[in-house]
Amino acid sequence: MNVYLESIAQLFGRASRKIKKDEISPAAQKLYYYKKGQTVTKAQIQELHDEHQKNRKNKWLKRRWFSIIAVNLLFVVSWSLDIQLLEGSLTASRFMGFHMADLNSALQVMLAYKAVLINLLIGVVTIFIAWFLLGGRTFCSWACPYHLLAEWAESLHLWLFKRGLAKNYTFHRGVRSVFYVIFALLAIVTSYTVFELISPTGILSRAIIYGPGLALIWVAFLLLFEIFLSRRAWCRYVCPIGITYGIVGVFSPLRVTYDLTDCKHEGDCRAVCLVPHVLDLTIKNRSSDVEVGLGADCTRCGLCVDACPTDSLNFEFKGLTRKTKKEELPLMPEPPAGKEPSDEQKKEAKND
Amino acid sequence: MTDSSSDELKPKAKSAAVPVARKAQKKITRGPGKRAQEARRQFLRSVALTIGVTSISLLGFIPIPADAKRPRLRPPGALSEEDYLSSCIKCGQCVQVCPVNAVKLDDIGTGFGIGAAYIDAREQGCDFSCDGLQCVLACPTGSLTHTLDYTHDTRMGFAVLDKPKICLAVAGKGFKGQARGPDYEGLLRYEEIDRWNPIPLKDHPYDVEICDLCVQACPIEQRYNQCQAGKPPSGDENQCPPQRAIGLELIEEKNGVKHMKPVIYDGCVGCGVCEMICPTAEPAIIIDYNKLTKIPLSEHYMAKASKGDH
Repeated sequence: MNVYLESIAQLFGRASRKIKKDEISPAAQKLYYYKKGQTVTKAQIQELHDEHQKNRKNKWLKRRWFSIIAVNLLFVVSWSLDIQLLEGSLTASRFMGFHMADLNSALQVMLAYKAVLINLLIGVVTIFIAWFLLGGRTFCSWACPYHLLAEWAESLHLWLFKRGLAKNYTFHRGVRSVFYVIFALLAIVTSYTVFELISPTGILSRAIIYGPGLALIWVAFLLLFEIFLSRRAWCRYVCPIGITYGIVGVFSPLRVTYDLTDCKHEGDCRAVCLVPHVLDLTIKNRSSDVEVGLGADCTRCGLCVDACPTDSLNFEFKGLTRKTKKEELPLMPEPPAGKEPSDEQKKEAKND
Repeated sequence: MTDSSSDELKPKAKSAAVPVARKAQKKITRGPGKRAQEARRQFLRSVALTIGVTSISLLGFIPIPADAKRPRLRPPGALSEEDYLSSCIKCGQCVQVCPVNAVKLDDIGTGFGIGAAYIDAREQGCDFSCDGLQCVLACPTGSLTHTLDYTHDTRMGFAVLDKPKICLAVAGKGFKGQARGPDYEGLLRYEEIDRWNPIPLKDHPYDVEICDLCVQACPIEQRYNQCQAGKPPSGDENQCPPQRAIGLELIEEKNGVKHMKPVIYDGCVGCGVCEMICPTAEPAIIIDYNKLTKIPLSEHYMAKASKGDH
């Protein structure tokens, strides 16, 4: 349970902390101890990184982009061909007649209108179950159209940043929780769904389906802000949709799991991540166990899975993913000759 | 863990118990150091971001009229303007089901009205050609109230003869040709042609001695006449409007001049078809979004409303 509370605290903006040694499982401690003895040079890591980049297939990135485009196009195709497969837009829709409602939009409406609406509730339950099974913030990286644009803007930002043409001002992550409360309160006080005015998700979804409008200027402004001033600012520091789905995904069975065994702690995963704090456990001595699921703020985008040169990060569906690989292989590779083995044996004896 | 005590004595010594050593170091470097300065700046930036984004989101108030008057004609069943904007989830399902594409979504210029559905009657009025009020059925939130079942219980607005001076009927003129010209894309359902498929207005030219297009096209009038002829729509007497909505009447002015004039009766629900079809360059007849008929809603509607159906 403690793990889940920490995951929620992290979602709301708490910085990840260094964990105490007694919080690390004996098996993980053993691995860290072993790794201490193995010196990995910078050159070796660079080689590993380059080798991986050369053969990198971006499997998850491709699937995900396809998913975002497919989901949003399905609305358009369904309407233009009048096949009534997926009606509406991302804020609320009907999939083959079944009500679906974006959780955040539904919440805003219920707070503003101050009534529990039956159809909306049906839609909320459907969507809750669906995204719970799929991982919560999976919505962000696999369905939200703004995510795709922001990802492209991010590559541009990184390119400019490397050349000193863009800044990357960071904000406190807790500010997103503040926004969550502000928008909830504004909905209650003003009786308007205030967040919908500035939600790029809703604006883009409607623009794709019903045609572009002036509201796209706001989306363009956000993208420019992210390109020149702050990397992925909207998703990282503002968007309450992310928090809503993050909460849905706290106990989700689908997640990215970190395996400490082969990790070289070089940080390639954190460099590509939208929410790098969920990957802080890949820093040396930060993982509490050999295998740990990432926190609720993880959008399950798979960029880290693609980026990891040692296969230490993988998608997992609790109860369905078979872990044959781990059972077959020994916990650790054969230790090289030297002082380390004896130290390790001592350590083992201590732990026992 | 016996070596940890020795670490506290010699913090510089390298040992396995790193956390303790780091803690000690942190205490020493605390103060107006670089890290503290950056944290302070980050905090100030975060405050600025909060204020900035919140302020921008509140700009949505600017186009909202203080007296909660409708700036737009809303689709059938729309709640009062305030409740309508609170409850609309801005999904556009009503747009997708409308057979004449009368429903559109508002842009950011209308503030909190962004994404909410409206009807531009001059572009395309609601001719109720779906008969079943599809937009109402599609609405997931009841912004378009599900209490509404029959066309004549709709309360969108009320037609007014805005510019009697340009009205062809008032001038004693007839009309021949396409009501809105050859380039007009709007649709209208003509039951005698095809009950289920509305056709382009331009494909149905008129030829009348005194212009009465607004009366001919009025969906309430059409239903009223069907009921008078003993053939209510779908054979359902509940579909019958309680009163007429519009008719041409012979009016005598004070100076004794007699002329025809479209007169709007209490059966009018404000669907906007008269505004749409009016053949003058600017419509002589328009919908007042904030005026509603005085006649009471049907018993059916009231019974459903009292049950609290959304």
